[in-house]
Amino acid sequence: MSPHVILRVVSKLLIPLIALFAFYVQFHGDYGPGGGFQAGVIFASAIILYALVFGLDEAKRAVPPSWVRIGMSLGVLIYGGTGVATWMLGGEFLSFTFFAPQSTHAAGQHWGILAVELGVLFAVASAMVAIFYAFGSRAPELRDEDW
Amino acid sequence: MSNLSPTLILDMGLLAMLVVVAFAVARLRSLFAIVMLQGVYSLLSAAWFVSLDAVDVAFTEAAVGAGISTVLMLGAMLLTDRDAKPVPVGQALGSLFVVIIAGLAMFYAIGDMPAFGDANSPANAYVGFEYIAATKNDIILPNVVTAVLASFRSIDTFGEVVVVYMAGLGIVLLLGLNGNAGKWRARPNGQNICGQNIGQKNMSNKGGQS
Repeated sequence: MSPHVILRVVSKLLIPLIALFAFYVQFHGDYGPGGGFQAGVIFASAIILYALVFGLDEAKRAVPPSWVRIGMSLGVLIYGGTGVATWMLGGEFLSFTFFAPQSTHAAGQHWGILAVELGVLFAVASAMVAIFYAFGSRAPELRDEDW
Repeated sequence: MSNLSPTLILDMGLLAMLVVVAFAVARLRSLFAIVMLQGVYSLLSAAWFVSLDAVDVAFTEAAVGAGISTVLMLGAMLLTDRDAKPVPVGQALGSLFVVIIAGLAMFYAIGDMPAFGDANSPANAYVGFEYIAATKNDIILPNVVTAVLASFRSIDTFGEVVVVYMAGLGIVLLLGLNGNAGKWRARPNGQNICGQNIGQKNMSNKGGQS
C-alpha cells in the first residue's frame, strides 16, 4: 500500500472540484472576478496536482502531451480567429459588436468576450501544463527519502 | 490609535509579513525553503490585493504566483541543486549599495504618488472614466475588468496570450514535452542524485522522442 493513501484519496476528491471551479471562474468571469487567465491556471493546476500525486506518467496518460501541444496553438487560433471573424463581418480586428450589430443588449460583445476568453483558457492551461511536463520529464523521479 | 481603520491595520500587518518573508528568503540558503517562502510571499500579496479591492489581480497572483510558479520552481530546483552557494561579501556589498540607492529613489518618489483611492489619479482619469461609462452603455457587463481586458483592450490581451503561448512553445522546443525520453539526467555538481530506480522508470515512459 502506498504511504500517500490519504493524499491520494483527498486529491481524488479535490481534483474534479478544482476543474469545476476553473470552469466556474471561466464562465462567471463576466459577472465576478476571474476570466480566462485565472481559469486556465486553475485548470492546469488540477492536472499538475494529479501529476504530483499519481506520477507524471499517469498524468500523461490522462492528458497526452499531444493534446497539450494542440491546445496551446488552438487557444491562440481561437483568439486570433475571433478577430478574423470580425474582419469577415465587416468590422475592425476584434470589434465584437459586429457579431450582433442590431442587438440592444450588446450581445455581440458578449459573444466575442466568450470566444476570446475561451481562447485564453485553452492557451494558458495548455502552456502551463506544457511547461510543467517539460520540466517534470527532465527531473529524475524522486524517492520520498530524497526530499 | 482611534483613527486607524481595521483595513489599514490589516494592510500594515500583511505588508510587515511580506517584509519578514522577503528577509527570510534573502537569508536562507536552502532552495526548497526559498521556493516555499516565495509561495507564501505570493499568497500574502494576494491577500493584500484583496484588501485593496483588486480581486482579479489577487486571483491571478494566488493562482499563478502561489500555485503554478511554486511547482515550476520546484521542478527547476530538482534539475539544479538543493542549496544556493554563499555569495562573496564584496558582491553582496555591491548589491546592497544598489538596493539602498533604489530604495531611496522610491522614497523620494512617494511624495508624487496620488492618494490611495484617488478617483482623479492618472491611473483612473483619462480613459479610465471613459471605459467605466462605456461599459455601462456598450458592453453591459457587471465586471468592468473583464470588459476592459477582453473588449476595450482585446488586442493587448491577444498579445498577452501570444506571450504565454511563446513561453510554452519556447520551453517545449528547448526541453521537449517528454524530456528526451529519459536519456538525459540531472547531475548537479557532478553528483548523481537520482538513485537507481530511474532506469526502469524510464523504460515505461512511452512516446519516445523529445
